Amino acid sequence: MKKNVFLQILPVVVLMIFFASCKTVKEYQRNKLNDSEMSLGNKKIEKTELNFQSYREAASGANGGKTGGGCGCN
Amino acid sequence: MEAKQVVVADVTNLIKDIKIIMKKISLTVIGLYLLLLSAHCQITNKDSVSVPVNTISTEYIDKPLRLEETNIVSSYYTQDGNHSAVTGGVGTEKVTDISTGIDLKFVGSDVKGHKYTLTTGLSVDHHTAASSAYVNKSGASKTGGTRVYPSINFSSENKMGSVVGIGIYYSTEYNYKSFALDASYSKKIGSGGELSTKINGYFDQVKLITPSELIPVTPASPITTVTSASGVTSSRGGGDNKSSIPSSPRYTYTGSVSYTQIINKKMQASLLLDIVAQNGYLALPFHRVYFADGGVQVENLPGNRLKLPFGLRVNYFLGDKVIVRSFYRYYTDDWGVVAHTASLELPIKMTPFFSVAPFYRYYTQTAAKYFAPYAVHKQSDNYYTSNYSYSAFNSSYYGVGVHIAPPAGLWKSAISAVDIRYGHYTQTTDLNSDVISFNFQLKR
Repeated sequence: MKKNVFLQILPVVVLMIFFASCKTVKEYQRNKLNDSEMSLGNKKIEKTELNFQSYREAASGANGGKTGGGCGCN
Repeated sequence: MEAKQVVVADVTNLIKDIKIIMKKISLTVIGLYLLLLSAHCQITNKDSVSVPVNTISTEYIDKPLRLEETNIVSSYYTQDGNHSAVTGGVGTEKVTDISTGIDLKFVGSDVKGHKYTLTTGLSVDHHTAASSAYVNKSGASKTGGTRVYPSINFSSENKMGSVVGIGIYYSTEYNYKSFALDASYSKKIGSGGELSTKINGYFDQVKLITPSELIPVTPASPITTVTSASGVTSSRGGGDNKSSIPSSPRYTYTGSVSYTQIINKKMQASLLLDIVAQNGYLALPFHRVYFADGGVQVENLPGNRLKLPFGLRVNYFLGDKVIVRSFYRYYTDDWGVVAHTASLELPIKMTPFFSVAPFYRYYTQTAAKYFAPYAVHKQSDNYYTSNYSYSAFNSSYYGVGVHIAPPAGLWKSAISAVDIRYGHYTQTTDLNSDVISFNFQLKR
């Protein structure tokens, strides 16, 4: 039981440490962050594959894409 | 002798010190040179634009919306497998799909410093699905179908970087219509942080096209209409064949919260949490379930479903040429599915304008409590499906993408960037698929 609680809390603690380690990055220091490949969203070219993954798999969402709509009948 | 050794050691140390001092002097000189050079550059820039310091304006310009960017995305998808839900978890899953979409992005601003973005999109898919033929038991139903889905989004960003947006979406194919609305708000927080919230609702209608042998025949009107998933209608029993096929609603409501944070000059991350509630007709009316006693029915699933996905993205610029794009998602729902998704993409910059990006995605899920394979369900079960997307399986998806974005455009045309991406998908249910996509980006 204690182990389960520990495992549940661990990711939260890791994330808190992760985000707490942030540094102030000025606009002129963001040339690497502004690279198109560093975008945190899905790429437009991934639209079809994300669509079919959402139809072929039971899980969807939390990836910035749609979570409903469309039939997926085939 | 010892005195000589001490002298030699002293001389060696002296030479070392002189070398260090020379290095420091050299670096100082180089630094001073660069400082002078940069100062010179700044003076030149200021002179070249001839703007006196005391007349620099902070006023914003009123610019009407104008086309900034166009994206054309086309894909070809093909899959094969042997667990179609139309035939109760056995039978061909062969599908091909070709899709093309165009997005137009318009940007404008006003004198108050608001930036407006309007994005309109129109996409068309055409598919052929071998299993659709068996909606009619004889295998005579049409296998092709077309889906059209336009969209429109509008957002307004103020001087502080807060963005308010709305969107309208529509999707239509013969047996399924979907209308959706969304509203979003994002705000910059602290140093390099951004909190975004979004709500959306999908208001769908599922046309109740059932397998031919399961269409109820009423004694008063012994006419049955057999309709394929793609819209071919025929009647048996004589008389009028224009009886309309009823539809059933399906509603999906999603609340999303995401937090994006710049970690340092080379790393940024985002946390995403969605809460998805669905109600209405969540099964598909032409999916058969064969029972252990030989009976057959249309799949039956609960009228409600609650989904909870949680995602984390971390992107890191490794050195000067490699970017690490990583994603993890945990998913759970009240139908008993628990899933994990992990993906890694490594764009490698061969030149500043050309990159190659291999990627790998691993997915695993447990089965929904309503799933059982062909001829395993009992007639006494409340809910039942043999749709293998609810079975327990693992999948792998891997491939490579290419990104080309020369500074003067491709072949000196309006095409500012081209992306090509190929992926191969394999499931432990023996489903395999391939997808190749192209994205042409045009900028003013």
